[in-house]
Amino acid sequence: MFWLYAAARAGAVAFFVGLLTFLMTRALPGDAAFRIAAGRYGYDMVNAAAADAVRRELGLDQPAWVQLYRWMADLVQGKLGNSMVSGDPVMHEIAHQLGHTLQLSIAAWALALLMGVVLGVVIALRPTSWLAQGLQWSATVLRASPAFLIGVVLSLGLAVHLQWLPVAGSDHGGHLVLPALTLALAMAAGLAQVVSHQLQAVLRSDYFEFALTKALPQRAALWRHAARNIAVPVLAYSGVQLVLLVEGVVIVETMFAWPGIGHALVHAIVARDIPMIQGTALVMGLLFVLLNTLLDLFHQRLDPRLLNTRSAS
Amino acid sequence: MRSRASKAWFFLVLVLLFATLAPTIAANPHVQNLSATLQPPSSSAWLGSDHLGRSVTGRLAEALRVSLGLALGAAALAVALGTAAGLLAAWRGGWVDRALSLTADAVAALPSLLWVLLLGSMSPGSLWPLYLGLVLTGWIEFFRYVRPTAQGLLGSQPVQASRLLGFGPRYVLARHLAPPMLPTLLGLASYAVATAVLSVAALGFVGVGLRPPTAELGIMMTEALPYYAQAPWILAAPVLVLVGVVLALQSITSHSHKPAQVRSEQAAT
Repeated sequence: MFWLYAAARAGAVAFFVGLLTFLMTRALPGDAAFRIAAGRYGYDMVNAAAADAVRRELGLDQPAWVQLYRWMADLVQGKLGNSMVSGDPVMHEIAHQLGHTLQLSIAAWALALLMGVVLGVVIALRPTSWLAQGLQWSATVLRASPAFLIGVVLSLGLAVHLQWLPVAGSDHGGHLVLPALTLALAMAAGLAQVVSHQLQAVLRSDYFEFALTKALPQRAALWRHAARNIAVPVLAYSGVQLVLLVEGVVIVETMFAWPGIGHALVHAIVARDIPMIQGTALVMGLLFVLLNTLLDLFHQRLDPRLLNTRSAS
Repeated sequence: MRSRASKAWFFLVLVLLFATLAPTIAANPHVQNLSATLQPPSSSAWLGSDHLGRSVTGRLAEALRVSLGLALGAAALAVALGTAAGLLAAWRGGWVDRALSLTADAVAALPSLLWVLLLGSMSPGSLWPLYLGLVLTGWIEFFRYVRPTAQGLLGSQPVQASRLLGFGPRYVLARHLAPPMLPTLLGLASYAVATAVLSVAALGFVGVGLRPPTAELGIMMTEALPYYAQAPWILAAPVLVLVGVVLALQSITSHSHKPAQVRSEQAAT
């Protein structure tokens, strides 16, 4: 049931991406048969007969639903075609970009988890201190700032004024820092608030008070009794983070010229390179489904009650 | 908390007033004056002028009209659609419920920014794909809140009593379903408006949303970045307004969420 649901989500992604890109080809101005014939024989050699031949050969005279069916059949078989800009197979381009996107996403998520948990614990343990108040306030402001704004502030501060880091590109290790930090800050703000909120609830709870009463040191009590209880709601919140991450990757990669899938998607849209739009959107969507599924799996392992309720209903 | 939410409302009303009244007091946002570019704020031009000598005040007002108009319209339609679908699913159950839930899950399989991007690339620079994309992805949030809540309320004893007494669906809706759900719906709606404002600005910023010369918050930031060293105020204006609006909308959300949470916790115990 679980895997069926994951497969259905992946199917929905493929269907919608295929449908939307198919509609895109129909929305292009002009007669596609003439355009393709011009591409093959040169603009001077095109006449109505050549266009008709192309139309027959490629089935452009068929009704729309037949063409949609063939479009989808190609998609399901993984025939994503060639980029209209570089001429290389879309698969090759994406295989190259996927590595960059994964590198950025993993770095950002790890950094966000680290910052979110540490800052959340600091806020929860000393809620009245000026440090916690300041963190609380900056988390609220950060949550209201879109990723691209954080990126602008960071690159102006760290790259333009202080010149510690390169502004954009992906030559060596230093280039990863700014985009990863931008994404991580956007994600860490919400995480810190969730962690501190949950930890404060645990600190007020009877079982935690009992743990301290039986003379468990605070550190051990936190580790044994608080950590696991916080892990479940924090993991539940990771679903929200995932949306932030996937949407942030598109924007942040574009602004820092990080050669990943999001960057490629935006550039394909600007160039109206439909095979690339389809390929990158498809991989982006499938990545989202995959990560969501992994999160669900992890969630079930951590909180076995979920399994029981799901099988009971 | 109440004072914070009322401050947020006050700020939003102020911003709306500025956006709607500015055309009568500020300069036309499209008129260029190349002999007065990158002017600092002064008594005649409150926020200075940009690299083409256009009034930043006028452009900011137009950007706010575009962003907020789009976001408020999309959120209103998303609330209406999502609530209606959620009520329908809870009320009818059976295949209607399953079909609506499946549709919501299928649409949510693709992140909303990707929806808006793909729809937007069908006709670049126009408003309707942004609007369509925001509504298409926005209704799910409301559906997912309304469906289970309404299911719970419809099975409760007060509703059963009302039905046995012969009250119709309209009475049940107004008396039993709407009052407990409205505060959370308002919170979710202001959150949806904030998300929409951010999406439109993000798309404008990377150059795949609306097109210049339309003034839009993201586009204004992209245009102001190269002149950051000479004229930081033209970058500051859209940045501060964007953060302020989103912050205000989010504090309305967190404020209106509280009562509903407390109530559900009380109901649970």
